[in-house]
Amino acid sequence: MQDWREDKTFFRATIALPVIWFMIFFVVPMAMVWAYSVGENVGPVEVAITGTFSNYAKAFSPEVLKVMGDSVVLAMVTTLICLVVAFPVALAMTFADEKQKTWLLLLIMLPFWTNLLIRTYALIAVMRTSGVINSGLEGLHGLLALTGMQMGTFEPLPLLYNKFAVVVGLVYVHLPFMVLPLYAALDRLDKSLIEASLDLGAGHLETIRRIIVPLAAPGIAAGLVITFIPALGAYLTPDLLGGPDDLMIASLIERQFKRANDWPFGAALSFILMYITLIFFAIRAFMERKGGKVGAH
Amino acid sequence: MAKKVARAPLDYLNMPAMKAWLAGVFIFLYTPLMILILFSFNDSKANIVWKGFTFKWYVKAFENTQLREALFNSLLIAGVCTVISVVLGALMAFAFWRFKFPFKGPLESGMSLPIVVPEICFGVAVLMFFAKVGFPNDLPYPFNLTQIILAHVTFAFPFVAIVVRARLEGFNPELEAAALDLGASPFQAFRDVIIPHMKPGLIAGGLLAFTLSLDDFVITFFASGPGTITFPVKVYSMVRFSVTPEVNAASTIIILITVVATVLALRAQAATTKES
Repeated sequence: MQDWREDKTFFRATIALPVIWFMIFFVVPMAMVWAYSVGENVGPVEVAITGTFSNYAKAFSPEVLKVMGDSVVLAMVTTLICLVVAFPVALAMTFADEKQKTWLLLLIMLPFWTNLLIRTYALIAVMRTSGVINSGLEGLHGLLALTGMQMGTFEPLPLLYNKFAVVVGLVYVHLPFMVLPLYAALDRLDKSLIEASLDLGAGHLETIRRIIVPLAAPGIAAGLVITFIPALGAYLTPDLLGGPDDLMIASLIERQFKRANDWPFGAALSFILMYITLIFFAIRAFMERKGGKVGAH
Repeated sequence: MAKKVARAPLDYLNMPAMKAWLAGVFIFLYTPLMILILFSFNDSKANIVWKGFTFKWYVKAFENTQLREALFNSLLIAGVCTVISVVLGALMAFAFWRFKFPFKGPLESGMSLPIVVPEICFGVAVLMFFAKVGFPNDLPYPFNLTQIILAHVTFAFPFVAIVVRARLEGFNPELEAAALDLGASPFQAFRDVIIPHMKPGLIAGGLLAFTLSLDDFVITFFASGPGTITFPVKVYSMVRFSVTPEVNAASTIIILITVVATVLALRAQAATTKES
């Protein structure tokens, strides 16, 4: 690595464009949102930056707190389900041979690369009232009725447009976010420790609980953060799969900018989400540094 | 869970319970997509019962001018976004790999923020930015896509930089030093020694930028001016309205493009790890 002063022209030539782009199209827009979050509507399109905290205060009204609470709960439930579902997958990947590993990784990643909207749309087609699951159940119901069982009329399961659908959708979309960091952590484990545990008479579940989980804790924490943050800020999934009562933060933000036209309040909500995100990532970075020190014997 | 069978103790993959679990996960992940693809070939509008094989929804999707335009716009945006992102990402990766300079750490973390910031936050920021700087809303086609491209590049190029940087870590700096000793200018050394080494990283990063751009809905939704339509935005409005096999057909095309791009990217990346 070279000190930039040794070749100023070359240094400037390479770093200038990315930095300028980042400043203009990321820092400036974000700064604008931040400025708006402490501003007030003074006309239909006019906003004065007054340094008020009233927009943030508004976020603590019961209706908004309910949406935020719901969002956090939905994101947490999603994250925990992802952890439970992904852990065995990551474990299997860790102990698979090279070829199987590549295939499993590809299979996990492929949906992740597919357009989010298409995946959500695919879920709708499966879960809606006349969708695949309900038609299948109806067929089964008809078949059972034919055998002379007293079945009553078929009621399609209300799978869509509720919190259940939102959680299913969020898990569907965010599962790879959990599998990858878990796999990265488990893959680094010293496998002889697990063998030792099994040799000394511990069962598989006990080995997972007392050896694997504690050793993989930094990876699990990373997975929790990486899954929770995008789930919390998800817009499309709750918007398309949820009902009118299943608003999440992102939809609330979107409304302030489109229908409600209260940009300062929307900006404040957006920055609350930003602060939550940054706090989580800071915690993760801190834990990683701590974990790194423990790991380096 | 642990039944004694003839297998190595750590061979979790061959545990029946584990196999069942994996099968369940992959059924969950793939059934919706498989059904979506399957019904794009179904000769019935109802989308539930299989009535025979047909290509008519693909024909319909292509005859739908708006859908075709949206698809073309998305590919155009993704293409331009890829080129700009690769240039910016490569420059960024190179500068951070090559030079020591003040505030390097904070700048590097700052410039990876677009990766972690929730889409909705960046989306509204972009909306506000273009509204406030008075970005012209009525540019003739294809220049009315500029806002979307600018926004996409902003979140895509830090991803490219990460991929390229990983590739550069495997580069022997002595090769560049040798080129300089032999009389090449720093620029010539960059062009003739470093860029060829970066190439697999550039390809992988470029394909990543391409899929990220093609995949994006939220930021496009906020960045697009009135009258510009991209594939996800068009599908969004169609999905809200009704579920038709036409959407299945168009989605299948996008899935196919994504799968091809992903496989190519993985190949390029595999080449990267093999060489270094």
